[in-house]
Amino acid sequence: MSNDTKKQATNPLNFLALSNDSTAKTFIMATLVCLVCAVFVSVSAVALKPLQQLNKELDKKKNILQVAGLYHEGDDIEAAFAKIDIKLVDLETGDYTTEFDAASYDVRKAAKDPDLNVKIPKSEDLASIRMRPTIMPVYQVQEEGKVTQLILPINGYGLWSTLYGFLAVENDGQTIVGLSYYEHAETPGLGGEVDNPKWKKMWSGKKIYDAEGDVAIKVIKGTVVSGASGEQYQVDGLAGATLTSRGVSNMLKYWMGAQGYQAYLTKIQANGV
Amino acid sequence: MSNESKKIILDPLIDNNPIGLQVLGICSALAVTTNLGTALVMSLALTSVTAFSNLSISMIRNHVPSAIRIIVQMTIIASLVIVVDQVLKAYVYDLSKQLSVFVGLIITNCIVMGRAEAFAMKNPPGLSFLDGIGNGLGYSIVLMFVGTFRELLGSGKLFGVEILTTVNDGGWYVPNGLMLLPPSAFFIIGLMIWAVRTWRPAQVEVADFKIKSVNGTEAI
Repeated sequence: MSNDTKKQATNPLNFLALSNDSTAKTFIMATLVCLVCAVFVSVSAVALKPLQQLNKELDKKKNILQVAGLYHEGDDIEAAFAKIDIKLVDLETGDYTTEFDAASYDVRKAAKDPDLNVKIPKSEDLASIRMRPTIMPVYQVQEEGKVTQLILPINGYGLWSTLYGFLAVENDGQTIVGLSYYEHAETPGLGGEVDNPKWKKMWSGKKIYDAEGDVAIKVIKGTVVSGASGEQYQVDGLAGATLTSRGVSNMLKYWMGAQGYQAYLTKIQANGV
Repeated sequence: MSNESKKIILDPLIDNNPIGLQVLGICSALAVTTNLGTALVMSLALTSVTAFSNLSISMIRNHVPSAIRIIVQMTIIASLVIVVDQVLKAYVYDLSKQLSVFVGLIITNCIVMGRAEAFAMKNPPGLSFLDGIGNGLGYSIVLMFVGTFRELLGSGKLFGVEILTTVNDGGWYVPNGLMLLPPSAFFIIGLMIWAVRTWRPAQVEVADFKIKSVNGTEAI
């Protein structure tokens, strides 16, 4: 008998014998279930992370190719991406820099690193992103030894989320080839229509800067009237998504402006790539 | 396979279908059935979540304090859903992007919670697991059925393979745009329930005031 009680006291599964409704068991069960679930979730999240990152990387490359019009369904992404050269640009001066390795440069990390970013003053923060890296990557499409397109990463706030995307520009530094977002959480069917291929097609051929060199491209309310003045700087607004449309406009105004790629693009316009 | 387990798996397919009879889990059935690819992935995701949540809940059923049983079930279901979401992101990235929030929303799918509470809390792990599979398959059948109509009539394709050449691609078929919008799934599910209940009159719900006159033929 005494042997039995001793065994019970040392047995770690002892609590199972408690009444289900006792406070002690309620706490023990709650803790146990949470612990087991937490371990399960963390293990799978950590184990699958490398694969997920690889997928994200591929998806980003696919988006870069798509915005440049170089991707066709079923293409080998890595092979197609070989045409693209990554360069780092110092936004302040508009010059190329070799301070970091371009292929492994992580824009999102840089945006958060106090050594590599600048705080954007509130009055100039059109894209509502608060800080930006001092150095941005530029993807250059090479065809027959010539740079034909520049693909510029942009980001900015829409209605619910920060939209991350790319603007592809021709080698004149002025004409848009395409705009595409690879990550956002806007309302599907309204703001989410930034992914609509028909809308994305409208960007092709639009101009960024007006005669004075100011950023003129914007998303307007309603439909662009063909033949109207300034038509080449305007893109149709998204129906039912005023705030997302405005976000897209502001983001372009910011990133194409003096805080963004303007210094770089001005140099391109003057001297070629 | 014993008769009992066979019944547990086959029953939810038609006779006790979670969507058709119990009308649960409709929200996701409307959202993910625009094409068969997403419908299939969603079906697999839900079936595995239901099966494994039933299994694990059933294993600890005798030791779950009744005061916190719902939150214990939710914790287990939520963990499973997160893991499924992670797996999808790792192996079928494109589809998981299309499914977006709907995988996460399996947590709130009434079928999972309903089976945990109604079956797994009262039955041994083996049977509970089978019950999860059965109900998951019941859900899958309806999703695939609805998905077939919506993809074929909405975009002229099945699993992304062109069946009816659409006018845009130089064919003759004018796609029905409504089929790509959520309301069409409502119509299809409604018509389907009507058809099934015509075929199996036992599923027809009895009007409240008639209950007394019916002998054991009402829906379970």
